[in-house]
Amino acid sequence: MVPGATAASALAGAREPGFWTRLSDLLYRRGGLVLALLLGPPLLWIGVIYLGSLFALLLQSFFSIDEFSGMVKYQLTLKTYGELLNQANLDIILRTVVMAALVTLVGGCIAFPIAYFAARYARGRVKAGFYIAVMLPLWSSYLVRVYAWKLILAKEGALTWGIDRVGLTPLLDALLSLPVIGGPSLSFSYMGTFLVFLYLWLPFMILPTQAALERVPASMIEAAGDLGARPGQAFRTVILPLALPGVVAGSIFTFSLTLGDYITPQIVGTSRLFIGQAVYIHQGTAGNIPLAAAFSVVPILVMAVYLTIARKLGAFDAL
Amino acid sequence: MVAAVHLVRTSRRFGATLALDAIELEIAEGEFFGLLGPSGSGKTTCLRLIAGFDHPTSGHVEIFGQRCEDLPPYRRPVSTVFQDYALFPHMTVLDNVAYGLMVRGIGKAERYTAAREALALVKLAGFDARRPSELSGGQRQRVALARSLVTRPKVLLLDEPLGALDLKLREEMQVELKALQKRLGITFVFVTHDQGEALSMSDRIAVFDHGRVMQVGSPEAIYERPEVPFVADFVGGSNLIDGAGLGHAGVEPGRYSLRPEKIVLGRPAGDGAGDGAADGAIRAEGRIKAILYQGGQHRVTVALPAIELTVLVPAAEARGLTVGETLPVSWRPEDMHRMTGAA
Repeated sequence: MVPGATAASALAGAREPGFWTRLSDLLYRRGGLVLALLLGPPLLWIGVIYLGSLFALLLQSFFSIDEFSGMVKYQLTLKTYGELLNQANLDIILRTVVMAALVTLVGGCIAFPIAYFAARYARGRVKAGFYIAVMLPLWSSYLVRVYAWKLILAKEGALTWGIDRVGLTPLLDALLSLPVIGGPSLSFSYMGTFLVFLYLWLPFMILPTQAALERVPASMIEAAGDLGARPGQAFRTVILPLALPGVVAGSIFTFSLTLGDYITPQIVGTSRLFIGQAVYIHQGTAGNIPLAAAFSVVPILVMAVYLTIARKLGAFDAL
Repeated sequence: MVAAVHLVRTSRRFGATLALDAIELEIAEGEFFGLLGPSGSGKTTCLRLIAGFDHPTSGHVEIFGQRCEDLPPYRRPVSTVFQDYALFPHMTVLDNVAYGLMVRGIGKAERYTAAREALALVKLAGFDARRPSELSGGQRQRVALARSLVTRPKVLLLDEPLGALDLKLREEMQVELKALQKRLGITFVFVTHDQGEALSMSDRIAVFDHGRVMQVGSPEAIYERPEVPFVADFVGGSNLIDGAGLGHAGVEPGRYSLRPEKIVLGRPAGDGAGDGAADGAIRAEGRIKAILYQGGQHRVTVALPAIELTVLVPAAEARGLTVGETLPVSWRPEDMHRMTGAA
């Protein structure tokens, strides 16, 4: 017997290794096997369920509907996409994209200072408070929050009351009398829809931005100042570029969540449709699955274009 | 002549801890000045006060005679080489170095020329297009150095500049930094916890402990004539001896520092001095308690009747020493330096 073997068996308590030990040994030696076991099921799931259904969706959008029978014709055609480009449908797309862009832009502007404070200044309890404050809304039901906002924004609601009390009613009336974004009350206008979207998706903008800012070393900001950059310059040339991947990640959330939502604009807003509502109506009551599919391709394309532009602008350089 | 940097009774308090305790420090123009001390001794705080990242709780900082209370970092004529280098990861090496000129509104052509010159100065010509992530630690350090120098600061602050480099590179950079400073004539202030580094690079050193400056002086003065036990012990290591406890007729009472390399253990081969007491050496018998191998030398702990001494023995003479063995120990009284400073 070799001395090493004696030592080994002495170490193992002179017992034969059990099943779990031998299994662990096998997995330890074969890293690939562990990877296959861990990644196999989720990959299968993504491959079949995610990508498969996406592919099915794409395929549907290349079919068309027979105008007389209302049945789907299983022949590849671009007719449905042609339909998508008629004025009414283009309006829906434009409305949704503009809303999503505004929600993202304003959301980013509101989120950044909050995220910056949380990442750079908040410590201990204040930081815990920050996390709770940002996450708390997510603990209640989405529907509850939207309906709560409907009540707040309604003509008889808290906001109107509050505005009346501080004597700003003329200002509110002026806002509501504006073309396009105005309406009979905040809860029946694009402004209302916008405010609710902004509220709903703000946490998804704050958290990635905060995480990105957290990773910017304090010394880097100090170095910028040390080299002569005024605070504004340091922000433009160092802080913002380094936080940009987080901001872009956040904007992907706010942008795509707004693009796809069909409940909020139905509860708070005008009766004009957003993409999500169009998909909902076409696949349900109208039974026009191909057009619904074509509509759902739009957010995917918009996101693809958005990410390409972001990449071209160097948003991911600091990754 | 007005001092390059003058800290006037400068204190900095963080909550309950006094990081700097009424520091009084003057750094002359063109000096290579070392701030030496253990971690938490206040040396980095001191550097940050000069750079303007932090502000004194009381007292103030003067840079070339100008009081700095209201001067933000971006308007001080100083520049910092950070411990982690703090290179901007989203910029190329050239853009990093040109940054200080860019924010001053200097045109592209001009600032790139200056940046290339600075890169050549630190021997990194041709690295323009690289990203900081593609550089080694030593190269990053040079980029950080070039980036600071390109703005022509009057004082360059270096925070543990060589801390992250391996020994060989560190020794190279020590020589290079020293040569660079000579050539540019700029005041360099650097922070280090490495006494060897401080001794070999500085014109003058301030030794910090617990937010206070324990001693300021040339490397020779700091090493040969430590004023307080902390300096004797922290810089180079020392045997701290109470003169009264030694029981030697020629030694006055007081606190003494005796460098480990000044003690002779046993009788070196070929020592012609004989055993006569004519040379005035202090002699005793000691038992070896421990031997620590350190390559070129051995660190030997010897127990004398009253005290315990650490002795550095060159490797060639350490052969044959064994733990437990009793040997004659001797040193010359003039090698015992009497410390006169308070506490």
